[in-house]
Amino acid sequence: MSVSPLNTKIREANAKGKVALVPYLPAGYPTRERFWEELDKLDAAGASVIEIGMPFSDPVADGPVVEAACLKVLEDGITLQWILDGLRERKGRYNAALLLMGYLNPVLQYGPERFARACAEGGVSGLIIADMPIDEAGFLTDALKPHNVELIPLVGLNTSRERLEMYAKDAGGFVYMVSVLGTTGQRDSLPARVKEKLAEVREVFDIPVALGFGLKHPDQVAPFAGLMDAAVIGSALISHIEAGGDAASYMDIWTS
Amino acid sequence: MKKGYFGDYGGQFVPELLMPPLLELEQAMDTIMVSKEFQDEFAALLKECVGRPSALTFCPNLSHDIGVNLWLKREDLNHTGAHKINNTLGQALLAKKMGKKMLLTETGAGMNGVATATAAAMMDMGCKVYMGAVDVERQSLNVRRMELLGAEVVAVESGTRTLKDAINEALRCWISTQETTHYCFGTAAGPHPFPLLVRELQAVVGREARMQYVERNGALPDVVCACVGGGSNAIGAFHAFVPDESVQLVGVEAAGTGEPGCFNSAPLNLGTDGVLHGTKSKLLQTDDGQIMPSHSVAAGLDYPGVGPEHAALQAAGRAIYGSVNDEQALNAFKTLSRREGIIPALESSHAVAWVLENADKLQGKNVLVNLSGRGDKDMDIVEHVLDQGE
Repeated sequence: MSVSPLNTKIREANAKGKVALVPYLPAGYPTRERFWEELDKLDAAGASVIEIGMPFSDPVADGPVVEAACLKVLEDGITLQWILDGLRERKGRYNAALLLMGYLNPVLQYGPERFARACAEGGVSGLIIADMPIDEAGFLTDALKPHNVELIPLVGLNTSRERLEMYAKDAGGFVYMVSVLGTTGQRDSLPARVKEKLAEVREVFDIPVALGFGLKHPDQVAPFAGLMDAAVIGSALISHIEAGGDAASYMDIWTS
Repeated sequence: MKKGYFGDYGGQFVPELLMPPLLELEQAMDTIMVSKEFQDEFAALLKECVGRPSALTFCPNLSHDIGVNLWLKREDLNHTGAHKINNTLGQALLAKKMGKKMLLTETGAGMNGVATATAAAMMDMGCKVYMGAVDVERQSLNVRRMELLGAEVVAVESGTRTLKDAINEALRCWISTQETTHYCFGTAAGPHPFPLLVRELQAVVGREARMQYVERNGALPDVVCACVGGGSNAIGAFHAFVPDESVQLVGVEAAGTGEPGCFNSAPLNLGTDGVLHGTKSKLLQTDDGQIMPSHSVAAGLDYPGVGPEHAALQAAGRAIYGSVNDEQALNAFKTLSRREGIIPALESSHAVAWVLENADKLQGKNVLVNLSGRGDKDMDIVEHVLDQGE
């Protein structure tokens, strides 16, 4: 099996002694036009993987910032088809690997097979479905596999060793470790348990480990050097754009 | 059949962070809940605190009016005024034995919130209730009741500001509080094991009704009818009758204003297969898989999804699901009050309305309606209708 571009891009950053950056932006945010501009800026600023949010009306794993952004783009008429069409038109344009993140129902309605094909046509290498534990994921991984699209495992502080091993069995790309027992959104500090759990995740998985949820500043991940390979940043980027900034100036915080 | 499924419906579509508490709950059902100790304690609570068995009441006046023998299973006579207390006391007892300190729940009409707050008070546990801001306004009496019982009521301002959004917020809260908190899910929906757990705790309704009806009539009823939002009172009433093929099971959904294209709360009639709140079932959704706003004059039915076992019963042809609109439900509310001296909840009024609307096809039949709750909480909403009738 070929190595996933998600894995390769993260390892490229790591080889330079850096934690790979995985910014998250909901598709169509802040506006239809500006979204593609911001994506270009994230790419140019050195994102290893860009996580594009597929908006859903009922995002239970997300905090207020991501939820509000998703509801806004839904009001603007953003659909899964719009995202996939836009990516197909821009295929090959990005240095970063692309990842789609969302909830199961829109993917189900689109059709898992059709969705997997469209991902491949749009240059998407991976998928995160927030409401899809491994116990239910079989049909989706079956649909994604022929198109080399990875279903990225989301694990947390409360995931048992047994379940980590279940996820590790077929995982490619990277594993996403959720830093808090909570929803997405910036926190001033992370729980003490993160370090210990990261070490366990590192032990079980032989793919890169990304840390996400709650991150707003690089100082927060400094204590985990050597235990994590990538940082996922979402709500803080959205808030930065909401406050009048752009993706480039936000990425400066993490790259300078 | 795959674990946690009813036919093609059910499952556990939740963030991984919620799998540990769901597995812990499943384990508690398999060990604590099946024990004689638990069952005896639960039976005692139902008898001494809820007031079970609830009455089975024949409606002589209305039966005469419409030519249908109408019987009511009186869950409105339960402590706190609805079937919800059966479920919340059972879950609270289980949670207490699991070592949890807090109960968390969502509520639409407020009856589940009141019942959870009551159970929490009885078990000396904390209680937090998420309620859509729209429902906080239209069910203010129940908000005051919950607060009096010691619960914290959180008005949810996101999304459609109704039950659906209250469930979103409660699930979010549960992710971060799972170690000390039990999510006392209010209906037979949500991720496995909730549909099974709530069904088991509400099945007492149908068991009693079946026994009481047979004792009184020496035979089974022709029809068992109940309103369906999430579907807990209906699945409770249906469960004991499922093996009785002569008994027609009828769920009644809310058709909203009834105008073509209006928002409604009738996913079994007008929805399609999808995943919401952890379960695969019938949903009101757009072609893109976004959940549509729902509407019903009855806050407790105002939900765009439904419990997975109802979707399976419908698919198997074992139950049929009709719908009535707001006006028909309000008419039934008034009719039952005037003719029998029983003020039903607007939710239950939908089931009564279905009987009234279908009386010509039910002539001479014996119909048992599960009257899931009482209507005191709905007086503000129906006041103008009563005024019009004076």
